[in-house]
Amino acid sequence: MKAKHQRLILVIIALLAIAGAGLLAAWSLRNQANYFYLPEQMASDPPEVGQAVRLGGMVKAGSIKTEADGVTVNFLVTGNTPDAIPVRYSGILPDLFVENSGVVAEGSLGPDGVFLATNLLAKHDENYVPKELEGMGTEQAAKMAADTTVGLK
Amino acid sequence: MIAEIGLAALWLAAALAVLQMVSGAAALRTGPAGEANPLAIYARPAAVVQAFLAVLAFLLLLRAFAITDLSLKLVASNSHSMKPLLYKLTGTWGNHEGSMLLWVGVLAASGGLLAGFEKRLPERTMGATLAVQGFVALGFYAFLLLASNPFERLPVPAAEGTGLNPLLQDIGLAIHPPTLYAGYVGLSVAFSLAMGALLTREVNPSFARVMRPWVLGAWVLLTLGITAGSYWAYYELGWGGWWFWDPVENASLMPWLAATALMHSVSVLAARDALRTWTIMLGVLAFSMSMLGTFLVRSGVLTSVHAFAVDPERGAFILGLLGLYIGGAFTIFALRAGAVAEGKRFAALSREGALVFNNVMLSAILAIVLLGTLYPLLTEAFDVRVSVGPPYFNPASAIFAIPMLLVMAVGPLLRWKSDKPARLQFELALIAALVIGVIALVSFFGRFPLLPLLGLGLAAALAVAALLPLKGRKLARVPVATWGMVLAHFGVAVSLFGMACEGAFSEEKLAAVAVGGTEQINDFAVMLDAVTPVAGPNWTAIEASLAVRQDGGEPVILTPQARNFWSPPQSTSESALLTKWNGQLYAVIGNQAEDGRWQIRIWWKPFVTFIWYGGLLIGLGGILAIAGRVKVDVTRRRAASKGDQRRADLEALGAVAPQPAE
Repeated sequence: MKAKHQRLILVIIALLAIAGAGLLAAWSLRNQANYFYLPEQMASDPPEVGQAVRLGGMVKAGSIKTEADGVTVNFLVTGNTPDAIPVRYSGILPDLFVENSGVVAEGSLGPDGVFLATNLLAKHDENYVPKELEGMGTEQAAKMAADTTVGLK
Repeated sequence: MIAEIGLAALWLAAALAVLQMVSGAAALRTGPAGEANPLAIYARPAAVVQAFLAVLAFLLLLRAFAITDLSLKLVASNSHSMKPLLYKLTGTWGNHEGSMLLWVGVLAASGGLLAGFEKRLPERTMGATLAVQGFVALGFYAFLLLASNPFERLPVPAAEGTGLNPLLQDIGLAIHPPTLYAGYVGLSVAFSLAMGALLTREVNPSFARVMRPWVLGAWVLLTLGITAGSYWAYYELGWGGWWFWDPVENASLMPWLAATALMHSVSVLAARDALRTWTIMLGVLAFSMSMLGTFLVRSGVLTSVHAFAVDPERGAFILGLLGLYIGGAFTIFALRAGAVAEGKRFAALSREGALVFNNVMLSAILAIVLLGTLYPLLTEAFDVRVSVGPPYFNPASAIFAIPMLLVMAVGPLLRWKSDKPARLQFELALIAALVIGVIALVSFFGRFPLLPLLGLGLAAALAVAALLPLKGRKLARVPVATWGMVLAHFGVAVSLFGMACEGAFSEEKLAAVAVGGTEQINDFAVMLDAVTPVAGPNWTAIEASLAVRQDGGEPVILTPQARNFWSPPQSTSESALLTKWNGQLYAVIGNQAEDGRWQIRIWWKPFVTFIWYGGLLIGLGGILAIAGRVKVDVTRRRAASKGDQRRADLEALGAVAPQPAE
């Protein structure tokens, strides 16, 4: 076997492996990616019960309620419309989880319409929500949330 | 004044980068008689002076942060006079402009080191290399000076700074970003060298020997940076996880994967003169991944839990630079790769063959991670927002990682060029027996997820296989670089063992506990003694005092805190860790429920620390490999200079000087 042929074979093997990886990635990404929902989208076109999705929006003021076991919280997530999605989460709330701030909940929609969160992500950026946000209306706050929660529009 | 000097230094450095580029390119044009171009002599000094200026600019910014110079916009918006000094200093790179200045400083410093100390390369190749390095630096100077000037003054000095994100007020910020950046940017030298060699058609073993320490050094820094970052996220975020497949984490993993492949392929090139074009390709790929990582982290195009200092508008600038450099490099590669002569041949079953296989597997994992990281960006173009997490990354990367780890166990035992499987019957049987035996043994005790189970089997086999290259050799005579390889491969086994144990055997407890109440986890009884308010220099906190008794022994007090910083107003959760030889107890305090009970979350993570011990071992192995190579090189240089000396003496005596052998 000449050196040139060997190089050709190596290139083909490498290309095959990379293409295989690409195809595998494309196939499993279609199945495994978590789709992102805004509250208004979830209200109008809910995902299937049990399907892993993400819900992102603002924690509604005054909606955070803790259950009797002391570790389960219920709250409402709102977006740019009055639609609010109830969310239930068991665990310690993230550091930046406060009312009127952006949050991304990972989990799935339950049969009763309550979003069961397995994980809550609150943005930790040094460009924290400024004090001016206090006292703003929901709509303005939602706009602020869009700015402070990167990737949320 | 200080800030203006810093800015002037940056402009001067940018000008020198232009000189370095022009002068380096001039080295490629030799005169009709083959004499060097007179312009070419400026490239090396330009690189060295540029390094001094860029480092000076960074030090001046560091000083501005140290004394909290509030007339600087950057200091005012990211620091605070009441912050502890350490965090004032580390805050220099805890923001966009400062971290880009650090990036550029390291870039210039590594270019300066290359220009100042590397004398082995032919002058033409060196010129081309420095020209490419200057071109890369110039783009980033432009980015700093035009789009993110760190020395911008405020019209009126601020009365007080805004402060630094409390999550970044940690010793982790002092270690993790500089290490990672130095690794990212060290790969720029590998990139420039690869381009230089490609432009001058000097892809050969002596070029590989020049490139190797840079690749190894960058790889060690990346390894240590990722290890430190993983541990930092583990204890600082308070989620009990050590890797989240977050875009920012992937951004550091991708250059590491490429650098790992490059490091192995450059060794093949140096030792056996094979894999020439492949090495060049990986050199381009590795630095491309570094720049892509910088883009992903800096631009904030992807949602991340670790992203700090993001600015979408500047993202376009970095994207432009990225397109220019990566596109340009791959164009030159496509045009020139055909002109690189084929290297030496080898059989499929040889050490080269095993390394090629692992290189391909690493590239495949890189493709998996890259596609998974960029997929959300792709779908966003169609207005569909998705996120990609462990359910994708874990199995998809394992499909390629498992064969890679198996070949990694056998590879170092194979001979160069060609080998026979019969020679390794015992070793192969031992490795297979260990994998199957451990998996069978563990499954006997309970049902565990598939991947951690495979991980345990592979870890056991790898740990033994890593030591097999030492079998039958006199340990005192084993080269230092070989010890490095053994240690690094053993580190992979240790790390894998930690990951598998964490995945298979972790226990978790979440409860609301009244003061005086006790929770049981594994064989630890955790009692909530008291909850008290405490205060630090720029924070106040609620501190839980947890008395942990193992099997009814003496109590150890753990004090997890929920901290409130006042500037910026933000709260963080400080986890408390109890480290045993066989794992860690990880405790976090949450909020107080309305009835007065406190939320406590406790994990028992067996052998989780092995993940980072393994990372340290891998890094240490890399350091040993560099030390070994440098030792050999110094000996060789000393011998060469002795030879030169003798020739010069002969010439001085009037004898006919012998022609130097090429």
